[in-house]
Amino acid sequence: MTPTADISVNPEKQGVPWSLWWRQVRAIFRLEIEKHFLGKRSILIYLLALLPVLPLAILAPFTPPGREWQDFTQYSMIYAVLYGGLILRTVVFFGCAWIFMNLFRGEIVDRSLHFYFLSSVRREVLVVGKYVSGMVTSIILFTGSTVLSMLLLYFPHFYSESLRFFLDGPGMGQLLSYAGITMLACIGYGAFFLVVGLFFRNPIIPALLLYGWEWLNFLLPPLLKKVSVIHYLHSLVPVPLSEGPFAVVAEPTPAWIAVPSLILVTLLVLFAASYRIRHMEIRYGSD
Amino acid sequence: MNDTPSNLIIFDDVSKFYGEILGVNRVNLQIAPGITSLVGPNGAGKSTLMNLMTGLLRPTRGNISILGVPTDQPERLFRNVGYCTQFDSFPRGLTGREFIKSLLLVHGFDLQRADEFTVTALDRVNLLDAADRKVAAYSKGMRQRIRLAQAIAHQPSVLILDEPLNGLDPMVRAETIALFRKLAGEGQHLIISSHILHEVDMMSDRVVLLNNGYVVAEGNIHGVRNEMEEHPMQILIRCDNPSKLAARVFDQDHVVEARLHEDRRGLFIKTRDADRFYLLVNRVVAEGEINIETIAPVDDDLSAVYQYLIGSEGA
Repeated sequence: MTPTADISVNPEKQGVPWSLWWRQVRAIFRLEIEKHFLGKRSILIYLLALLPVLPLAILAPFTPPGREWQDFTQYSMIYAVLYGGLILRTVVFFGCAWIFMNLFRGEIVDRSLHFYFLSSVRREVLVVGKYVSGMVTSIILFTGSTVLSMLLLYFPHFYSESLRFFLDGPGMGQLLSYAGITMLACIGYGAFFLVVGLFFRNPIIPALLLYGWEWLNFLLPPLLKKVSVIHYLHSLVPVPLSEGPFAVVAEPTPAWIAVPSLILVTLLVLFAASYRIRHMEIRYGSD
Repeated sequence: MNDTPSNLIIFDDVSKFYGEILGVNRVNLQIAPGITSLVGPNGAGKSTLMNLMTGLLRPTRGNISILGVPTDQPERLFRNVGYCTQFDSFPRGLTGREFIKSLLLVHGFDLQRADEFTVTALDRVNLLDAADRKVAAYSKGMRQRIRLAQAIAHQPSVLILDEPLNGLDPMVRAETIALFRKLAGEGQHLIISSHILHEVDMMSDRVVLLNNGYVVAEGNIHGVRNEMEEHPMQILIRCDNPSKLAARVFDQDHVVEARLHEDRRGLFIKTRDADRFYLLVNRVVAEGEINIETIAPVDDDLSAVYQYLIGSEGA
């Protein structure tokens, strides 16, 4: 064996660090994405992604009872309820919790995180590679679930109306908005759960606390509403819903503020994650 | 080779506490190229020292550098360092080849180089035949070898190996030790922890003896032994007239004990100054009064040093 003296072998001497970091992010991404889609832990996220899709697919051949199901104009509202209550607050929330908390915590539990730490990779690059892999996984699965469930709600019962709605009406705009909100939710919740997985030995408790905070958001005073992810996401939904008689009404945040704010907070949270991982020790026994 | 910081592993007053529990305390070491073995009972601080060396742990106090690179910069450190840990776990679902190659890609090597280095590393640990089997299906010895392959794959100049011979069969152990000697001969640093003293004795250029988190001795094993004045060196001389030899050596002030061997064809000597004793033996031989067959130190090895300093026989 010869020491790494050969310039072409030694990444340090290959010049621009950006190209090295890009290669390393890609390598980490490749390893992680395989785990997300093919690993044992992926079963739960597949089930979550199918949660809104499967019932709609099963019900597709049948005409549901109830007057609202006979009225095409009600479908926007029905989907808004389904999206806000099930997809955003449950599927995306818990899906992101599972994917992102396991990025580091899962490897600590498996006692395999040290292999990354024994590579000549900046720990910040590791955070980026893992985060991007989680983001891509969650976006593919949950945006797919958002789009599929919307199409499955509309098309089986009102095919021609739905075709017009999506091609000539507001349908496509709504579909893209919901898909965009799901992506933003994956980005925002993902960063939060990544950090939770790094800072807490048992990340379930902070995840449940956030879940409660997000659910009770409608009761919070306007200032506190802004300290949540759901407030910004709700501000972007194309079909606003009433939050009930007890809700504290607050002005929705305009999209030009909501989107950059979420991304800024995400970047700050990732910065905290990088700091944490930079100073992290491997002590599986105590974890 | 000059001993400069860029060529040494340096521990500068390093301590590590796990809360109130001592890991290692006030460690000062300068380790030159060659094979250095960390020896000590369980809980002595060997793995802690290795984890500190590789940045998996942060020192509570003091500084560590490897070839001039501080251990809190993994992106620089692991271009020169490979670490074979004792953690017997792997990323799930990978074959041996995928495991090595994917980590080389994480290091930043391009695909072609990663493929090339993967084959080289697997070949060095004799795992090429099993390269495309899942690591989860490997035997304990194979898992040990794949960890070793992971440590050497990126061709580092410092190898840190925590109990690398555990689980290996005798043939592979011998091959692995030969590999270590070869790497050390090429000017690399090898830091090896082991509790198998005769193997350590056989392969090490120097040892660091640890007990309860403290370095109790370090250096060339014979040098360490010579410094242990409270334990006079034991030498066995096989000769035709041990009684006469005993009479000759008794008047030497450095000889503290002379005892006839049970078969009365040898003499055990305990001396505080082995060099002076050997000179005396030379004179006796030159005078032609006694025929000496063999002369050998009895406790000038790691086992004896370990026993004297740490108090048990080791493994």
